[in-house]
Amino acid sequence: MKPNRYILWGMTKSTLIHIFLLSVTLTCLFPIFWMLRCALMTNETVFVDHSVIPHQLHFGNFAIAWTKGNFAVYFLNSVIYTVCVVTGIVLISSLAAYSLSRLKFPGKNIIFYMFVAAMMIPLPGSFVALFVLMTKLHLANTRFGYILCMINVGLSMSILLFKTFFDKMPQELEDAARIDGCGKLGIWWNMAMPFARPAIAVVVIFNSLNVWNEYILATLLLGDSNLMPLQRGIMVFQGANSTDYPVLMAGLTMAAVPIIMVYLFMQKHIVKGLSSGEVLG
Amino acid sequence: MDRKTKDASIFKDNLQNFLFVFPALSIFCIFYIYPFYKMINLSFYDWRGIGPMHWIGLSNYQELMGDHLWWDSIGHAGYITLIALTFQNMLAFALALACDREIRMKRFYRLVFFIPPVLSEVVVGLIWNWILNPEMQNGQHIGMLNHFLFTTGFPQLVHDWLGDPRTALTTIAIVHSWKGFGWGFIMLLAGLQTIDKQLYEAAKVDGAGSWKTFMNVTMPMMLPVILVVMILTILGSMQVFVLIIAMVNEGLVNHTDVPVTRIFSAMQNTNRFGYACAEAVIFGTVLIGISFISKKLSDKARQV
Amino acid sequence: MCKLITLSSCLIFIFLAGCSKPPQPSNKIILWHWMTDRNDTFQKLAQQYQQQTGIEVTIQLFPPSDAYSQKIIAAAQANVLPDIYGILDKKSIVAEFIKAGLVADLTDAMNAEGEKWKDSLFDKALADKSFGVGNIYGVKPGIYGVPIDVTNEQMLYNKKLLSKAGIKSPPKTFDEFIKDAQMLRRVGIVPFVSGWGELWLLDCFAFNYAFNIMGPDKIFATFRGQVKYTDPDWIKVFSIFAELRDKGVLIDGIVTKGNKYAEQDFALERAAFGFDGSWCVNVFHGNQGMNPNLDFGAIPPPFISNAYPLRIEGGAGSTFVVNAGSPNKDKAIAFLKWLTAQEQQVVLARETNNLPSNKQALLGVSEVLEEFATGMDQSTHPNIWPLNEDPTVSEAFDKGIQDIIIGEKTPQQVAQDVQKVKDLQSSKGKL
Repeated sequence: MKPNRYILWGMTKSTLIHIFLLSVTLTCLFPIFWMLRCALMTNETVFVDHSVIPHQLHFGNFAIAWTKGNFAVYFLNSVIYTVCVVTGIVLISSLAAYSLSRLKFPGKNIIFYMFVAAMMIPLPGSFVALFVLMTKLHLANTRFGYILCMINVGLSMSILLFKTFFDKMPQELEDAARIDGCGKLGIWWNMAMPFARPAIAVVVIFNSLNVWNEYILATLLLGDSNLMPLQRGIMVFQGANSTDYPVLMAGLTMAAVPIIMVYLFMQKHIVKGLSSGEVLG
Repeated sequence: MDRKTKDASIFKDNLQNFLFVFPALSIFCIFYIYPFYKMINLSFYDWRGIGPMHWIGLSNYQELMGDHLWWDSIGHAGYITLIALTFQNMLAFALALACDREIRMKRFYRLVFFIPPVLSEVVVGLIWNWILNPEMQNGQHIGMLNHFLFTTGFPQLVHDWLGDPRTALTTIAIVHSWKGFGWGFIMLLAGLQTIDKQLYEAAKVDGAGSWKTFMNVTMPMMLPVILVVMILTILGSMQVFVLIIAMVNEGLVNHTDVPVTRIFSAMQNTNRFGYACAEAVIFGTVLIGISFISKKLSDKARQV
Repeated sequence: MCKLITLSSCLIFIFLAGCSKPPQPSNKIILWHWMTDRNDTFQKLAQQYQQQTGIEVTIQLFPPSDAYSQKIIAAAQANVLPDIYGILDKKSIVAEFIKAGLVADLTDAMNAEGEKWKDSLFDKALADKSFGVGNIYGVKPGIYGVPIDVTNEQMLYNKKLLSKAGIKSPPKTFDEFIKDAQMLRRVGIVPFVSGWGELWLLDCFAFNYAFNIMGPDKIFATFRGQVKYTDPDWIKVFSIFAELRDKGVLIDGIVTKGNKYAEQDFALERAAFGFDGSWCVNVFHGNQGMNPNLDFGAIPPPFISNAYPLRIEGGAGSTFVVNAGSPNKDKAIAFLKWLTAQEQQVVLARETNNLPSNKQALLGVSEVLEEFATGMDQSTHPNIWPLNEDPTVSEAFDKGIQDIIIGEKTPQQVAQDVQKVKDLQSSKGKL
């Protein structure tokens, strides 16, 4: 009888979908679980003890990671760098993208393609050239120099993302703003940016992740250990030869928390901004 | 308005517009163009990173053209990209579709699926090395995957995943896809959410089954998003390398080499900065070529 | 208008938050290093030194070693090298540093007071950053670096697992080794593990046997291009790995295994034999050691031929050089002298489980470490050879051996491949 078959098929489909989602979820949650489990053991038992929940829980590893890795200082530095770089990128790249998208001036296409091409050409050894440049400008071993470098790293991708959104902005919105008396800067701030909220969210997430996990440029450019970002604290647990795995895992867990919080906060905006009807892409 | 004032005002207008781009452009020139120029310059020299530089003209490029390890590495990166484009993005799309309808735990899934991209390569390398461990101790398989296959009745599939040239690259590609699908997932989900629900209603009224609805409503509306995701996937996958080092160290002989690992190897192992720069230039050209082709294809698809 | 103000204040905020003055030069020595394990001990010793002499030594750590090398090269180009640093690259790169005037010549300091400093340290360790008369690099002969520890790579054996298989004593010859491996396999124990995903370690092992089979002269002749890699002696070296593969000696996945993972395996007693450096004592038995109860010993790899002595790779572990352009050069040299004095070396050895470079500081090291120490007489090191192979050829050599191990190529094929690369590099006038 037809109605029953449909209901049965609907239920089966629903169950299968749940199974599918849950199994993928399992593979994604597994690393977190594994990290926590390792963080609660000692270096001797971390590979030997095969039980799901460790026999002896050592919460002390988190405290050790915090103090030995000098986490407080590095954490603060990472926060400063992330906030500064992300704010800088959002402002600078959205301004540029707005102009490249909606304003006219000679050479704008070339400039845009230059930015895009930069995403595709890796620069080996560019770190070395950058360091020499920074030293000449007296910006090596300063926070400002590092922040500028990191702004550059995320510039191309952010400009591309913003431009994609600004291209889709309907002309009527812009005209309405102009009638209201906004200058170009006003249109950018009042109309374009709110419109591109999902782009802002993605740019923030993407660049926060990059800056938070960055290490190599920091090691090269900075000298004083009290300017170093968080990943430096984590490096300390990976000795040249011996690694203290539980403390390392504790450190990595603590380092992952803020970035997940940034993501949680921002991902609301991706969907919220879009569901008011504007089309993506 | 006479000609001169008009020209002056156009000039002023252009200048204002240009000022918007100025901060980005100036940072870009200092931090990218300048090292880029140095890199191109360096590719015509033979240099060890320190000491004298010897001009050798196009010699690096000539050697590169005949370097089969280099072209193999581009092929490997292409293979990983292919798997990412298919496996990773299909997974992301399937998950996005599933989450689109499932209202209940949507926020939970949105959080969970983004965990792999957030993890550092250190953790990913450690975990997967442990899962894919091929050894046995005391008669038991140490690696979780082999253990699982063995106990669920597939002992013939037990394998040295990372150590066998036939499976190593595919394994790495799958782990890369696992790590990256979270990005595609968010973007595709966001795209799905913008599709007007009324279109679905209309399709149901017309009597369309779920497959027809999918092909005629969902796909056309999602095409732009899909294309953006694909282009970003291509760029990201061609440049993969930290993951490879985390999983197979310096590589399974040359079977797991990708262009970026070759560049770093040229810089650090054989101290050939000039050669590394030439490799980077060629690699950039290849990527630009690929993006150009994909843009042309996407423009064509949009016209359809 | 207010938008403009917001915009500018944002940028100013970024600027202010970012501004911090670069450190002012003062009367102190700066030392850059990469050794995470020793950082605490270094800091402690630096404080001690300041109390004793009033000179402040700032010790800055930049791990891991790859990033450190890059930083040194960057600093060299920008001319901001610290007073004391290390050069982790090959001898040819060290030579370039010296020729660029970035490394101080320490020969006089070493020879002062009747060669007092020089005699206190192991010859082989000093040879690491020394250049002899008529060296091919064109560097003025002399001693340019101070070793603060020594190390060597030997074969490890797990006493418990060996006795489990009924092996009474570790093997001395290669044939005994193969037989032992087969006995181990019979009781389900993996015979051998090593971090051969890292090419230098594999290269090490291969050259141990190259010295054993053909002796140093023929090896250096090959580097010079006078002997081909297709020579039967080299084929013998390659065939060793084919035999190890065929007789099931090697652990699965050995060619993608990093040294850290190999050490894990050995610590967890997953294999009876290992091949690693003397630092492994710290990894297993040190603070936060992986397995303090691991009962193991160290022996040189079992020799395969009686023609020449087998050599193990060893010599200076970590060496520091002094920046020739530094205004505090003398103070830096004095500090290094103090660091390599017996008392400090004993502290370093005790706290970090590394072999001291000072001959008098061997008292009180653990038993296993002593076994490593006795191997120093047999040791040699690429840095003390008259010349080294071209790195592109070395890469082909090492990757070729990996190919043999995974069964993709035969020793003869690898020999031909390596020789082809060698011919290509020579034709470019690189030798």
